[in-house]
Amino acid sequence: MRRLEPESADHDLVFQPILRPGMWSFPVAGVLLAVVLWAGYAWGYQLMHGLGVTGLNRPVFWGIYVTNFIFFIGISHAGTLISAILRVTHAGWRRPITRAAEAITVFALMIGPMNIIIDLGRADRLLYPFIFGRFQSPLLWDVMAITTYFTGSVIYLYLPLIPDIAMVRDRLSRHDFRRPLYQLLSLGWTGSEEQRRRLSRAIGIMAVAIIPIAVSVHTVVSWVLAMTIQPMWHSAIFGPYFVVGAIFSGIATLIIAMAILRRAFHLEPVLTPRHFNNLGILLLVMTLAWLYFTFAEYLTTFYGGEPSEMAVFRAKVWGDYLWLFWGMVFITFVIPFFILALPKTRTIAGTVVASILINIGMWIERFTIVVPTLIHPRLPYDPGQYSPTWVEWSITAGEFAALALLYVIFSKLFPIVSPWEISEGEAEEALKASKSQRVVVEALARQR
Amino acid sequence: MTQMASDGEERRVYRWGMVIDLDKCTGCQACVVACRAENNIPFAGEEQAQMGRAIFWIRIMPVLEGEYPRVRQRFIPVPCQQCDNPPCIKVCPVGATYKNNEGVVSQVYARCIGCRFCTVACPYTVRNFNWYSPQWPEGMDRYLNPDVPVRPRGVVEKCSFCSQRIREARMRAEEENRPVRDGEVVPACVQTCPADAMFFGDLNDPDSTVSRLARSRRAFRLQEELGTNPKVIYLGEEDWDAKA
Repeated sequence: MRRLEPESADHDLVFQPILRPGMWSFPVAGVLLAVVLWAGYAWGYQLMHGLGVTGLNRPVFWGIYVTNFIFFIGISHAGTLISAILRVTHAGWRRPITRAAEAITVFALMIGPMNIIIDLGRADRLLYPFIFGRFQSPLLWDVMAITTYFTGSVIYLYLPLIPDIAMVRDRLSRHDFRRPLYQLLSLGWTGSEEQRRRLSRAIGIMAVAIIPIAVSVHTVVSWVLAMTIQPMWHSAIFGPYFVVGAIFSGIATLIIAMAILRRAFHLEPVLTPRHFNNLGILLLVMTLAWLYFTFAEYLTTFYGGEPSEMAVFRAKVWGDYLWLFWGMVFITFVIPFFILALPKTRTIAGTVVASILINIGMWIERFTIVVPTLIHPRLPYDPGQYSPTWVEWSITAGEFAALALLYVIFSKLFPIVSPWEISEGEAEEALKASKSQRVVVEALARQR
Repeated sequence: MTQMASDGEERRVYRWGMVIDLDKCTGCQACVVACRAENNIPFAGEEQAQMGRAIFWIRIMPVLEGEYPRVRQRFIPVPCQQCDNPPCIKVCPVGATYKNNEGVVSQVYARCIGCRFCTVACPYTVRNFNWYSPQWPEGMDRYLNPDVPVRPRGVVEKCSFCSQRIREARMRAEEENRPVRDGEVVPACVQTCPADAMFFGDLNDPDSTVSRLARSRRAFRLQEELGTNPKVIYLGEEDWDAKA
């Protein structure tokens, strides 16, 4: 990033949405809220009449609610995992994007598990897994892992926010009604040496701790399927396969979010093509990893040729799910691969197109993992059928709207790009630069 | 087999099992009807039944073997297989399903949260979900069996081996201070079968009818290769699984 006066132009840019909110966000938030409310109505309708209002049946007992659950938990890996990895590896270019990523995690983790509650026949018995929980059920492992991940992610989002909240606090006028909120949340941050030392230590610990937690979460989510003995679910690679898919769709979500933020808040100088390029390369690696896992999984099934496995395999690869399956491969691998592999197309627009395709594809991937197995149970031989109803589609739309809405609200309350982290980065860069300068000067002096 | 009870008295432990003779079964569905009447299974209606929403604790699975013109239609009545190693119990997050000490896989309606993990984990797809509140046509609701609870909407239910009849027989036997006699417990499906193709009894008693039949050379169990160890045993002269 090239800037002449440190501590001014970009920082003001970052604080703009909070200090001088634009009017555009109200209609956007209004539309999103309407979709969420409609989904709320659909859920109320379902609670009134029972799960019969969905398209679920015997043998397709699980449908797009479970698909959504896996998908949202997947995109929650955007954040924390990516930002933690980049932090741990000291990737300097991460600084303007970690906050945006961590926020996705927290909100996706609020929405994902909602699907399980919506999917319950008896939502009123929601607390039973906590009261009567039996630990041998993978569903209880989910409860544990997701609760841990959510708690960790909130802390991990909050810690680097503290100095930024303090900055907002100091920038708001004394009479601003929002000031007490920031006053409270900044925990008396003054930016002293001791506070900085403690904060960076805490962030360092959380960044390391959050990585195994994130990996465990999507592994356990996959085990809900893989621990059964159902054809094409009972697979040992499901854990890593799902984790790879999660990071994959997580990065894609992050790219989409960044592009929107960049446009909406005029963050062009902060979120540069370089960030999209770097994330695009990460996405390229993940699309290859995803293809590798998919190939390994399907070849093993096909080669084994076990009849009940093959019934599901056939349905996906050349049966009823042919279009969904190959369409999914096409938009999660083929197109994104070429867009991302060529430096010419690995632009902001290019990576965004690839990311949108990947996210649609990954939703379909989750769907074609959950449903075809249920359509073709081991017994009876007759295949089932499933077409989601308006209730399921409405709730699904509401979940995506809720994610966007939470994101809009968050970006209006807190700096979505961390000015504190950027200054930290600049300070580090300056230190490095001055050090290398000194080395050069000393070397030159010695030469003389 | 016996076991010490808490009062120090030796008591028999039953292990209930069923034998279904496919060579006798005509596919008449009398067992299905009897089961529905005995166990207060609600009416789904035609539209819901088409969607696969009708509840059956036992159903007839038709198996079409061979290709035209050498076709053979067979019928396999499939109740819950009452596995000794049930995949459904393992996955329940709240302990709403368990294997009782007589080997019957039971469902606790008051505990079930309706997540349907058990229904997707069952390799026989014999578990059912209550998509709507139970309903009976006008008049039919006066014929509900008082010994069997009506299940609320949103929970899973399944074949109980007519546990109300098992309980009744066991209590009678205990009162008379004797073990339950072979053939004393008769589930509704077994009682109704016009072809006499179904048998029920104690698999722990080596001399019981079901134990004797289970040792037959015709005996097999569904998807034995999965290691679920079902306690429903089928008898059939020919290999039923032509598709495999």
